[in-house]
Amino acid sequence: MTELFDTETVQTKEEDVPQDKVKSIIEALLFVSKRPMSIREIKRVLDDDVNLKELEILGLVEELKIDYIKEQKCFRIVEIAGGFQIRTQPEYSSYIMRLFKYDQTERLTGAALETLAIIAYRQPITRADIEGIRGVDVGGVVRVLYDKGLLKILGRKEVPGRPIIYGTTQLFLEHFGLNALGDLPKSAELRRQTETQIKLKL
Amino acid sequence: MNENNTTPEVATEIAPELAAIANGLGLKDGDYKVELDIFEGPLDLLLYLIRKDEIDIYNIPISRVTKQYLGYIEIMKMLDLDIAGEFLMMAATLMLIKSKTLLPPEERVEDENEDEIDDPRLDLVRQLLEYKKFKEVATELQILEGGHSKTFSRIEDEIPLIEPSNKRLVDVGIFDLLTAFSDVLKRGEIEEPKELEEDEVSVSDRIVMILQTLYEAEEAVFSRFFNNLSSRMEIAVTFLAMLELMKQRKIAARQSEVFGEIVIILREGEND
Repeated sequence: MTELFDTETVQTKEEDVPQDKVKSIIEALLFVSKRPMSIREIKRVLDDDVNLKELEILGLVEELKIDYIKEQKCFRIVEIAGGFQIRTQPEYSSYIMRLFKYDQTERLTGAALETLAIIAYRQPITRADIEGIRGVDVGGVVRVLYDKGLLKILGRKEVPGRPIIYGTTQLFLEHFGLNALGDLPKSAELRRQTETQIKLKL
Repeated sequence: MNENNTTPEVATEIAPELAAIANGLGLKDGDYKVELDIFEGPLDLLLYLIRKDEIDIYNIPISRVTKQYLGYIEIMKMLDLDIAGEFLMMAATLMLIKSKTLLPPEERVEDENEDEIDDPRLDLVRQLLEYKKFKEVATELQILEGGHSKTFSRIEDEIPLIEPSNKRLVDVGIFDLLTAFSDVLKRGEIEEPKELEEDEVSVSDRIVMILQTLYEAEEAVFSRFFNNLSSRMEIAVTFLAMLELMKQRKIAARQSEVFGEIVIILREGEND
């Protein structure tokens, strides 16, 4: 299981594995991981040999984060979708896109963004309620967003017709670089309905 | 503003913009760009009219806006654009609101709690305000998306993340799946359709069906998804839908013993 280092020479007690060695191990995990890794996931990998509390692991990740800034690396550790990930700085994007021969990174259309916004702030929400806000049919857009993995089905509403209720996924958070739904812009304002007592001028 | 505009005159007044739109061009107008060859929906069109004429959303001149709105509908017809039903429903709503505002005050419904009369524009304004908020935040999300899209992490799928284990069951290989599929095809009840089906069975529909089935019952045996299917086409499409969902890692196929019954389960999502 532990191919990362030689088990003959490393003791199982935490005191015998120096902090900076553990820090490098964590760095290696973050380096190879394709998705953000949560502290819990990191701990799960370490636990066979290294016994650290989640807070201690977090501390090491934060140290790495600062190291990268101090050393002015081309990448940073960011907190996304409840986990940590190493990502390159924006200034290198054009070269990276050249490497992968991307013309343009994939972006969502206006209709998709609006629909996604409604679901993100008002989840769990049914298709009918989404349409109530947008004023148009959202079937096609919802399908596309679902296929892209940005939406998921949370279940069904227990009312006649048992309509499907939607919510956003971890991939949604990753796509926008958010750590949690609470980090959505104007979260407090948009999560509730527009006030019912509007004063109109006659 | 000339209240006696007939439709053609209104069309002339707003036609330059629409001509540009019809040519698929964007038209710069101040800080925002009028894009698209068609508005996303009636609310979109109304907000556009409100913005264009700098109308106070809390005091919409309903007659004027209704006339302009109808003018746009006419032009869309002239340009042979597809008009969604929602546009026509909104036209009716606007005309209804307009007629209510033309009623003498005494005949309107009074709100018991206030001296003010219940304004017939209220519901529409509330809907517009709500939609407007989401349009604005969608722009903010677009900025976030743009900024984030300039950063990259490891892209190749070299090392899979540790999965929460359902370790009683072992992942099923493609040949097992093909075998199961071929078993389903062999079942006696299948008839070849005499003529080509009118309705195409789409992979999308099957995908939704599979997911819905799994939402109701946490897991289901492979053959269940093929019950009640009589044509080879439907069976093949259903199988394709299943493979697609597996590729997308939304579902997984497991069997508790080699050559045992295959069970399809919903994946919890790698990120949970």
